[in-house]
Amino acid sequence: MRITQGTFSFLPDLTKAQVAAQVQYCLDRGWAVSIEHTDDPHPRNTYWEMWGAPLFDLADAAGVMGEIEACKAAHPADYVRVNAFDSARGWETVRLSFIVQRPAEEKGFRLDRTEVEGRTQRYALRHRAGAL
Amino acid sequence: MGADAAIGQITDAKKRYAAGVLKYAQMGYWDGDYQPKDTDILALFRVTPQAGVDPVEAAAAVAGESSTATWTVVWTDRLTAADVYRAKAYKVEPVPGQPGQYFCWVAYDLDLFEEGSIANLTASIIGNVFSFKPLKACRLEDMRLPVAYVKTFRGPPTGIVVERERLDKFGRPLLGATTKPKLGLSGKNYGRVVYEALKGGLDFVKDDENINSQPFMHWRDRFLYCMEAVNKAQAETGEVKGHYLNITAGTMEEMYRRADFAKELGSCIVMVDLIVGWTAIQSISNWCRENDMVLHMHRAGHGTYTRQKGHGISFRVIAKWLRLAGVDHLHAGTAVGKLEGDPMTVQGYYNVCREMTTKTDYTRGLFFDQEWAGLRKVMPVASGGIHAGQMHQLLDLFGDDVVLQFGGGTIGHPDGIQAGATANRVALEAMVLARNEGRDIAREGPEILIEAASWCRPLRAALDTWGEVTFDYASTDTSDFVPTASVA
Repeated sequence: MRITQGTFSFLPDLTKAQVAAQVQYCLDRGWAVSIEHTDDPHPRNTYWEMWGAPLFDLADAAGVMGEIEACKAAHPADYVRVNAFDSARGWETVRLSFIVQRPAEEKGFRLDRTEVEGRTQRYALRHRAGAL
Repeated sequence: MGADAAIGQITDAKKRYAAGVLKYAQMGYWDGDYQPKDTDILALFRVTPQAGVDPVEAAAAVAGESSTATWTVVWTDRLTAADVYRAKAYKVEPVPGQPGQYFCWVAYDLDLFEEGSIANLTASIIGNVFSFKPLKACRLEDMRLPVAYVKTFRGPPTGIVVERERLDKFGRPLLGATTKPKLGLSGKNYGRVVYEALKGGLDFVKDDENINSQPFMHWRDRFLYCMEAVNKAQAETGEVKGHYLNITAGTMEEMYRRADFAKELGSCIVMVDLIVGWTAIQSISNWCRENDMVLHMHRAGHGTYTRQKGHGISFRVIAKWLRLAGVDHLHAGTAVGKLEGDPMTVQGYYNVCREMTTKTDYTRGLFFDQEWAGLRKVMPVASGGIHAGQMHQLLDLFGDDVVLQFGGGTIGHPDGIQAGATANRVALEAMVLARNEGRDIAREGPEILIEAASWCRPLRAALDTWGEVTFDYASTDTSDFVPTASVA
């Protein structure tokens, strides 16, 4: 299965040139780009591992592209995403986030159900790669 | 337009308070020299006076009847600081191109209003002036709510920023659909539509305004099947999904019961209809704040009083009241779809929902600067007769912070609901990608869609089915300061 988190997951995997264009779009708006990776893409796993601090004060996407490639090379089996952070008042949050690397095989999730009163279920998502 | 000297305020107290009937301007509800205070609540009315009624007197009457006045002089005014409590009409101008109509600006002292109560605000401002005989028609066009008053409201429980963080969705409009047919499906069949649409690529599916608890589907059944669909779709996609569970009911007690069950089932969002009323909206907003729940507002019924330019309330005012009252999502028009909405006017509503400070912009119907004083932003919802072939127009008009809802445009897809959802999501992501790359989507949009359709069959089929569908009718509620436009 293909995890569809991130802004461009329904498009074919972005080429390096396409990633660079998106990064440039973010830098042109003064957003700080950061890179994160994980082996646990659970939708509530908010805190992926940071590949260094956000790259503040950059103007050219080339610097970010070097870091993206380094992260991918160091963690070839992980999901890698690029975030752009806007510190403007009223936002102070991520403005764009998209996946730039996926594992060769995406394991997906199992849905566990626990029966409670009536027909109510308690649901839990379990990442298949991590499940016993 | 200056006041006719003959109808200016009578300052001699003996004459002013002699028993009998005076003109409202003579009673002191008109002051052409008044400088509004920063703490005043300001309202702009469009009035159509009856034949022979002076526009200044009409404006004074609106100010009077929406504040302290009655039809005759009362001596008990003299037991109060009446000069402060009287609202003051302070400017009257003819509406451009609309003979017989006038814009009247009215200022109200802050102490006329109870803090944190839309019910109280509306009881004054729209309480009885709209039935006033000397006016043929009256419309509340806009309001300026001072920071001192805004700060007495809690506003949206979640807001755009926190909603996006909770959903982990950034940099693009959210996608939704309303389950169709809106009445008649059993709970089990209803949940099927929800699952297919979410798995296919939508972020949200939605109950329609009139789905509550009918003989064909009781509310608990709907909630259970919808949450099964939401959780299963989350597992299939690894993405956060939601279904707006409509908790609108006959009493507050029943609404709370339904809200509690939605929470128990793990829903991230509930919805109510505008027709539940201001007090119910503020109450359920407080509940949402206490329970980490996004609150979706369906503006059911608003067209009865917002659509006609001559009489009623502009939706921009309703949007301002709802931002104070505290909703997270608000249906605010599509401009290109099947429902009323001229593009500039609709953009004005979006500005009210989304900006930190809404700037005066006559062409978008915004007559005042409005400082929101840190109140969270409302996510506007565009819903009603829109389809994937309009994606470039929608993104160009509304930007990223909007929920685009394609009900028929998802469920009516020739290859099924999942294909319909996928078509919409691919069209959206392709358009965002192209815009960020610097392409002019307003012009190149159709080309960008065709490029994406070359590798995405569901999008190809959607464009073949609906590509030519437009709703090109002139809007009734348009700005008086620009020629009527339609984007279709």
